[in-house]
Amino acid sequence: MRKGTLRQILLITDGCSNHGEDPIAMAALAKEQGITINVIGVLDQDMMDENGLREVEGIAMAGGGISQVVYAKQLSQTVQMVTRKAMTQTLQGVVNKELKQILGSNVSLEDLPPEKRGEVMEIVDELGETVELEVLILIDTSGSMKTKLPTVKEALFDLSLSLNARIGDNQFSVFVFPGKRGDVEKVLDWTPKLEQLSSVFPKLTSGGLTPTGPALREAVSYFNKKRSLRSLIASDESYFEESSM
Amino acid sequence: MPVMNHTLKNHLCKLPIGTVIVGKWHKHAYKIVKTLGNGANGVVYLAESMKGLVAIKLSDNSTSIASEVNVLKRFSKVQGVALGPSLLDVDDWFDPYTNRLIPFYIMEYIEGEEFFTFVKKRGKEWIVILMLQLLSALDKLHQEGWVFGDLKPENLLVAGMPPTVRLLDVGGTTLQGRAIKEFTEFYDRGYWGLGSRKADPAYDLFAVAMMMIHAYYQVKFERKENARQQLLMIIQADATLRKYRNVLIKAIDGKYKQAMEMKRDLVAAIHYDDLLQKENHSPTKKQNHRKTKKRSGIIETTLIVVTLLFVYVLYLYGQVL
Repeated sequence: MRKGTLRQILLITDGCSNHGEDPIAMAALAKEQGITINVIGVLDQDMMDENGLREVEGIAMAGGGISQVVYAKQLSQTVQMVTRKAMTQTLQGVVNKELKQILGSNVSLEDLPPEKRGEVMEIVDELGETVELEVLILIDTSGSMKTKLPTVKEALFDLSLSLNARIGDNQFSVFVFPGKRGDVEKVLDWTPKLEQLSSVFPKLTSGGLTPTGPALREAVSYFNKKRSLRSLIASDESYFEESSM
Repeated sequence: MPVMNHTLKNHLCKLPIGTVIVGKWHKHAYKIVKTLGNGANGVVYLAESMKGLVAIKLSDNSTSIASEVNVLKRFSKVQGVALGPSLLDVDDWFDPYTNRLIPFYIMEYIEGEEFFTFVKKRGKEWIVILMLQLLSALDKLHQEGWVFGDLKPENLLVAGMPPTVRLLDVGGTTLQGRAIKEFTEFYDRGYWGLGSRKADPAYDLFAVAMMMIHAYYQVKFERKENARQQLLMIIQADATLRKYRNVLIKAIDGKYKQAMEMKRDLVAAIHYDDLLQKENHSPTKKQNHRKTKKRSGIIETTLIVVTLLFVYVLYLYGQVL
């Protein structure tokens, strides 16, 4: 199987967007370009309101990813779990696609007898361990998220601990929204070391609008910028396209 | 862990008692008796089948079912010790409530007690014995190239006569050299900042040390700034933990490369006090022994001197003649 790169956006937010484009539309746009969007909704003590919940689920669904709503305390385990689960899901989509090419258009993992599925899973496991991964982390720093930022930072360190235990390479970058000047601001450029975040995170100021939609749009275009830069250097780079499950 | 439960998962967790699950491929029937446990990746029920009582695991996540089945198959190849439950059947069930195919597998039903329940009932002296058993089982697993991963008291079952520890829930079982698939923070060396999440035997041995600390110290505590120092202080605070101090520290620092090394040291630590006591009981005897040794030394010297003298006298006598 060809070597490729998985591209994910991880959105960490605690509520509703209130500025700019519909984030669900932007998530659908990302999916069309082979970028998976996972969303983690962070709660205080109370429940998230109905609209916030619907948005969190909607973005992940449109973005072909996974959503999870958790209390801030459980963030670390959730972030790494969601990222890995989404990886497996995408890779399984890719393997399913290959299966269809070999066995016919209507065949997926579920149509194989259980005995055969193990072999397919071994391929998915193997890919999950060796595939290159690019994760753009998009953090909502508006309003009530401010008190949760230390926990978010801890969760991101934990994520890099989990992902860097893999054989395959990782690239991380971190954006926050709203930014100091625009809708979104880059706080960490592509790097395999998410720990570098410690030096930039304290500079954050939070408050004001929540432009989730515009932030997602800019994150997607940032991915594409990287891709076009890369294609200048090496043209045989391939990406795993998100396929319908 | 998640606040919001997936509706499908929720439904799977609440299947009514008496529900009959029939496999699509092999047509075996299983009648649900009661819930045994709820995990992150599915639910386990006790069920009746033609072959007697079995455990059935259902999940809406076909990938996790498939990889757990892979691990269980491998487990059965590990000879000699009973590591986990044996795998009996793998199939899909057409769920009439949701009109969906739910993947499931059937395991041997192990009747036993959870680690902490057992220890509470039978006494703390069992903790270290069960840990020795666990280390032997882990050693077998490690030799086959695997790491258990999600080691925690909830995944240990004590079953049978004599009581023997068994491993449950193979969702975290990972090939050595890969990233640990599933873990629980308190028993994870990565969480404590004391190592990576790359699967190696030392990863499991760290969890064994944490389980011992948890079992004797009894309260679960939160990680502080200097985690290693914090763990050392907790070990120092409990009399039994203090006894195993060196073994625990070595495991926490990842210095054991094999489970058997840790087992050997643990056994030595258990008997250390006994040896000391024995030495204290027989000091006079030892001294006596040493005295006789000394005396025989003196006799030896006199004998040599006398012989030399005799030879000298003989020599002198020869000269005179």
